Amino acid sequence: MMSVNSTMTNQAHPMWDRAAETMPRAEREALQLERLRAQVERARRVPFYRDILNHRELGPHSIRSLDDVRRLPFTTKDDMRRQHPLGLLAVPRKELARIHGSSGTTGKPTFVGYTANDLQTWSDLCARFLVAGGLRPEHTAQVAFGYGLFTGGFGLHYGIEKVGAAVIPVAAGNTRRQLEIMRDLDPEVLICTPSYALTIADTAREMGLEPRALPIRIGHFGGEPWTEDMRREIEEQLDIQAFNNYGLSEIIGPGVSGECQARTGMHIQEDHFLVECLDPETLEPVPEGEPGELVITALTREAMPMIRYRTRDIARLYRDPCPCGRTTMRMSRVTGRTDDMLIIRGVNVFPSQIEEALLRVEGTTPHYLIEVSRPGTLDEVHVKVEIHPEIFSDRMDRMQALCERISREIQTVAGIRAHVDLVEPRSIERFVGKAKRVLDKRGLTD
Amino acid sequence: MKLQQLSLFLENRPGRLEAPLSAIAAEGINILTLSLADTAQFGILRLIVRDWEKAKRVLEQAGWVVNLTEVVAVDVLDRPGGLAEALRILEDADLNIEYMYAFSLRRGDKAILIFRFEDPDRAIQVLTEKGLHVVDGEELMSFVP
Repeated sequence: MMSVNSTMTNQAHPMWDRAAETMPRAEREALQLERLRAQVERARRVPFYRDILNHRELGPHSIRSLDDVRRLPFTTKDDMRRQHPLGLLAVPRKELARIHGSSGTTGKPTFVGYTANDLQTWSDLCARFLVAGGLRPEHTAQVAFGYGLFTGGFGLHYGIEKVGAAVIPVAAGNTRRQLEIMRDLDPEVLICTPSYALTIADTAREMGLEPRALPIRIGHFGGEPWTEDMRREIEEQLDIQAFNNYGLSEIIGPGVSGECQARTGMHIQEDHFLVECLDPETLEPVPEGEPGELVITALTREAMPMIRYRTRDIARLYRDPCPCGRTTMRMSRVTGRTDDMLIIRGVNVFPSQIEEALLRVEGTTPHYLIEVSRPGTLDEVHVKVEIHPEIFSDRMDRMQALCERISREIQTVAGIRAHVDLVEPRSIERFVGKAKRVLDKRGLTD
Repeated sequence: MKLQQLSLFLENRPGRLEAPLSAIAAEGINILTLSLADTAQFGILRLIVRDWEKAKRVLEQAGWVVNLTEVVAVDVLDRPGGLAEALRILEDADLNIEYMYAFSLRRGDKAILIFRFEDPDRAIQVLTEKGLHVVDGEELMSFVP
């Protein structure tokens, strides 16, 4: 630990784990290959993987080069759902140290288990991107991410502690209180979703505070897609440096990649993740720098050795050298999804979850539309449901009860608050074939 | 003794009230009275018309969701305390009023109120026993121009 920390000082580009982050590429690839083989071996303890590997006569011996990762099967969100709740564990249940979860495509979350070693690795990975983006042991960081099944809060929390900085675990919400705490405790670093950073600036102005005079100097933002325009706006309004980071709970949580001071993409922690960028149709690799779906193999995860997880996130990969000296591959922002997943205030939401909620309220399907907008700085969801005789009453109390019931079901299944708008018959556009269920008016890509 | 009331679902935005009213006007159907309950998002338009069957057909064909409800028209004295007296009778009998609205016309010293009861039959019985006049459809239509 001391040796790791010492690499942070007396260097132009402080790093949390200089050895790992600047490892010569050939050396790192050898490490990846060794870890990939070990991970295939570990995956054989999971019946789901064992069956496929046996069927295809694959094992560690089949992996002779990193390209051989392409011989391995993919893992999808649906596979996780079919293995609900913890069918993908490679360790006995008693070895778990924590369980997180993320949105499933239906009402049930998908659970992710961690061993004690996994948690150590995770904090280290968060420490790496936090240090790359300016966090220092003498800093205080305010975490305004949700703490809970969502990996954002706890992941960053332990990463900050690992670096040796102080954490204020305010958690998400209650913006005025966030600001009061910020004024009392002078944190230099803010951790939240990028849209929440703008809400903090707005609320500061409402409270008569100058956002640029707030103590924060650095922001680490993630959990939802954002754009360069948004970064400029956040930096301008709060007078801070804003850094992007990426991760997903199915793999580990935040910490898969993050930006350095150069901000030319997010450095992928390649010693722990083997990242492919594939054409989502052909599943062939795209040329370097072209957009494709990220497919991630977690090389060191003990509890859940995720093999070739199809993230559905679209991004680009870059291997050209970065001025910071890290030798790792970098990824662009996530510019889209290959499925219809939405991220609402940092919460992953699948339209199928909204449909499932509506199916629990008789007569509210099939004609509905999910409208996502960002009227101010925060996302808003309106679920429009067409009225028809089965659900229409002349009594206002019944109509309001209906809206409340739909809203409650959506909260239960999808974990978000949605406005329910009853609309006139035939006012939602009809489609031949697959209906368009989502209207996203946020404009989240550059 | 009961009247048929049509209810329509309307979105709460400009022009949405005019459209169904024009649709029935085009068929020569006169509205005897109406009430509108609304929230910020939507409204419920309730109509009493002479030929409710035709009006319902016209509106449904034009795409509105129409609900048919039985309501009760009651004569109350058009003087201070007239309505309060009727309400007291209903309250004493434990009759639940879902909502009510006034009829747009008056007859002499009487005003007509439209009530939506949970149990309209028992309401009619109680009101009649207490000497209030329940106005049936035929009578209502007879004094409307």
